[in-house]
Amino acid sequence: MKGVTKLDESSHSKKGRGWLWLLLIPFIATLFPQFYAYDQPTLWGFPFFYWYQLLWVIISAIITWIVYQTTK
Amino acid sequence: MINGTALTVFIIFFLLVTVLGFVAARWRRGNLAHIEEWGLGGRRFGTLITWFLLGGDLYTAYTFIAVPALMFTQGSIGFYAVPYTIIIYPFVFVVMPRLWSVARKHGYITASDFVKGRFGSSGLSFVVALTGILATMPYIALQLVGMQAVIAGMGITGEWPLVIAFIILAAYTYTSGIRAPAMIAIVKDLMIYITIIAAIIVIPIKLGGFGHIFQAAANTLPTLQPKPGSFIVSPAAFSAYSSLALGSALALFLYPHSITGVLSSSSRSVIKRNSALLPAYSIMLGFIALLGFMAIAAGIHTKSSSMAVPLLLLKEFPSWFAGFGFAAIAIGALVPASIMSIAASNLFTRNIYTEYFKKDSSKEHEARVAKIVSLIVKFGALIFIVALPNTLAIQFQLLGGIWILQTFPAIIFGLFTKWFHRHALILGWLVGMITGTWMAIANNLASSVFALHLGSFVLPAYAAIWALVANLIVSVVFTWIFNAMNIGHGQDQTVPSDYEEDHTVTV
Repeated sequence: MKGVTKLDESSHSKKGRGWLWLLLIPFIATLFPQFYAYDQPTLWGFPFFYWYQLLWVIISAIITWIVYQTTK
Repeated sequence: MINGTALTVFIIFFLLVTVLGFVAARWRRGNLAHIEEWGLGGRRFGTLITWFLLGGDLYTAYTFIAVPALMFTQGSIGFYAVPYTIIIYPFVFVVMPRLWSVARKHGYITASDFVKGRFGSSGLSFVVALTGILATMPYIALQLVGMQAVIAGMGITGEWPLVIAFIILAAYTYTSGIRAPAMIAIVKDLMIYITIIAAIIVIPIKLGGFGHIFQAAANTLPTLQPKPGSFIVSPAAFSAYSSLALGSALALFLYPHSITGVLSSSSRSVIKRNSALLPAYSIMLGFIALLGFMAIAAGIHTKSSSMAVPLLLLKEFPSWFAGFGFAAIAIGALVPASIMSIAASNLFTRNIYTEYFKKDSSKEHEARVAKIVSLIVKFGALIFIVALPNTLAIQFQLLGGIWILQTFPAIIFGLFTKWFHRHALILGWLVGMITGTWMAIANNLASSVFALHLGSFVLPAYAAIWALVANLIVSVVFTWIFNAMNIGHGQDQTVPSDYEEDHTVTV
């Protein structure tokens, strides 16, 4: 019985591993200031450089949550 | 002049958390005479407590003072704290559940325990422990710098308030272990959130909106003397900006206090959920960084940039609320300082003391040593700050960040592969330590960004990253060499499934 559970667990944990690649997106989006080191367009007075990075905190958290749900 | 109202509010909240710190010993009662209970809370913290604990642990008082101070004096480069705290979490999501599982399976308390089990090398385990302790000590000292800034903000001079605060901190860490900072973190984090939410609503209204604040920063930063700041990161600084973010992110979860926080959680899912929930603190940190620009817009002038935030709060808020914010920051120093001292003493006890001095230590003896070492670590930090100039602690912390990243191959790659040779990892570590230290000294310990010259090509980047590259090259090349020479690998205690198991069901 124990053996069966183990097998189930390991096949279960392999499920949806492809989704892990999504976790690379935040690195690409934030580690290249070339993409976002601009003043315009501004949003509520925030220059693009500042609101873009703050926005990515949220997007990145959502991506992580999606990956958590799909690989659970 | 002493600000009586602010001081009163400050003292009330400080007393409240002191009581909490001692009461915490009874919370989820465990046998505090064992290091696993005292130092890891019995690995029982769920999602919410872990969220508060790690939030309080990683986003320290020093961060709240230093990041806006950097924005205040240098501008946009200080905002690297945001990408830094974005990319940490996808990384943690993939890596830290593996560390949790293998540590749970084999009863590892520290990263050094894991390295010893994985590579069968007490030498490698020793250098990982040593690096952890060396990097943590100045970090604890810097928490005091954060506390000093707010105490000075209330008009109190002298070192005695710091001494009192640290004696209290030492006492409840000694009696309650990690339960104390876990409980205090809840109060501290709520206070920080209240302060910051109030600040980002009230201060922009008073200063004429965010547009006006950014305009003031854009106008003022280029005129700063002696070194002008920048409002938007310039192309010349791109590589510095992103390598600071990447290097700091990869380093953060190698610090002993972060690992202690991770290992005290109750399951893999707790860590994964928190990877999606902890970014709430990163948003807050982004706004805290902008307090530096608000200080510029509010016309704050100070020689000591660490006073920018305290002075801003005093100028824009009534005294009682400034006192509340100051208490939040000071308590924000206590939580990480406590966890850091626990983590450093776990390392010393488990990987140096019982390894080299007293191999047959009982569990009780081990916990007793850890408690005493946690006191020594904190008083060491206190003496550091009281007796030596603060710049020395800041310089050591800069070195600490470079040093801790040199344990990356052994710990992080070790979680995925045993390909590396134990001796090669030690050599790689040594080369990384020397390279990184040399680069920092070449910068007069004033900046962690080192410009690498390759012929006419110049690439500035975080010295920790350069050192890690050197470390990796040596680790790979010498793994080939040692394998070719048939020098044996160490005994690996772990099997692949140890890294995946949930351990929620024990048969």
